[in-house]
Amino acid sequence: MTPGRIVAIVPAYNEAGAIGGVVAAIRAANPRFDVVVVDDGSRDETSAIARAHGAAVVTLPYNIGIGGAVQTGFKYALERGYGMAVRLDGDGQHDPGELPKLLGPIERDEADIVTGSRFADGSGDYRPPLARRIGIIWFARIVSLLTRQRVTDTTSGFQALNRKGIALFAGDYPNDYPEVEATVLVFKHRLRLVEVPVTMRERETGSSSITFLRSIYYVLKVTLALFIAMVRKYAVPQEEVTGS
Amino acid sequence: MTPVKVSVAAAIASILLILVVLELIRGRRLKERYALLWLVTGVVLLVLSVWREGLTTIAGWLGVATYPPAILFAIATLFIIVVLLHYSTVLSQLDEQNMLLAQRLALLETEVDRLRDDGSGPTGAVS
Repeated sequence: MTPGRIVAIVPAYNEAGAIGGVVAAIRAANPRFDVVVVDDGSRDETSAIARAHGAAVVTLPYNIGIGGAVQTGFKYALERGYGMAVRLDGDGQHDPGELPKLLGPIERDEADIVTGSRFADGSGDYRPPLARRIGIIWFARIVSLLTRQRVTDTTSGFQALNRKGIALFAGDYPNDYPEVEATVLVFKHRLRLVEVPVTMRERETGSSSITFLRSIYYVLKVTLALFIAMVRKYAVPQEEVTGS
Repeated sequence: MTPVKVSVAAAIASILLILVVLELIRGRRLKERYALLWLVTGVVLLVLSVWREGLTTIAGWLGVATYPPAILFAIATLFIIVVLLHYSTVLSQLDEQNMLLAQRLALLETEVDRLRDDGSGPTGAVS
């Protein structure tokens, strides 16, 4: 249907200030990219600006949360028959110039999902505020323990996926802080996850969707979800692999 | 002091609550988002049924030292009220979103009909 083309999924919520530049930068980075912006019920001009810059736009009727918005993008990719997808945030913190690094392992068929990590060896200097750093380390430790694979950045939304990865996330994707739980999901379905070091930019406009008061609730909720995810039975089991 | 039988029964009930909630999440019949309050309820009730001195102390503060289990009832009731109130807010939000979806769907249906009828593209801005 769309051979050789790659869909760039960009979730955006009230990112009118940044979205135009993000869409333009992705399209300029590689002519094989089709950009789809998933507008998660923004109250500003996010949809119109994205459309004006040449993106396909899916506008949700109200804010459904980051996980649901991203999953809408994966469903779009699956229905349109894309064999490869990348995912970048709509606020401009992910540099499209890093995309070849993310797509490399997918194109060589060494991974089903590649995550751009801010904390892997060779990443740029990224120093989030203390509370956020503690949360990031906490989740990285738990996920590494559960999946028995070294994962350094479980909250990164900078990813590349092949058709298998797209299909998995189109069918099942968590909602709040979705990347953490999704990592366990990938492990449970025995897909190959690879991290590559990337440098992320500071946010251009807008504020993080996670405020401090809610973060304790999120940490509790996501930790609970992680352990539940490990003991859950999955509807789409991959082939059994012994050992590990 | 709380009768031992009351403590044992309350502890068993709390553990059952926690286990049922966890199993519901595992079976995807309950989302973590709506389960957290129930789990907190279960854990608080479990702690107060096992930690008998604590229950007695709290009962003393509130002037019901002669019958500490009253505190168990009071706290269970309080949590049920909180859970119900939370559900009311969730229900209100769903009500609002449901209305938006119905409106959006009706408008899209009109738009599809119009496109099918005249074959020409939309004239006005959509969305």
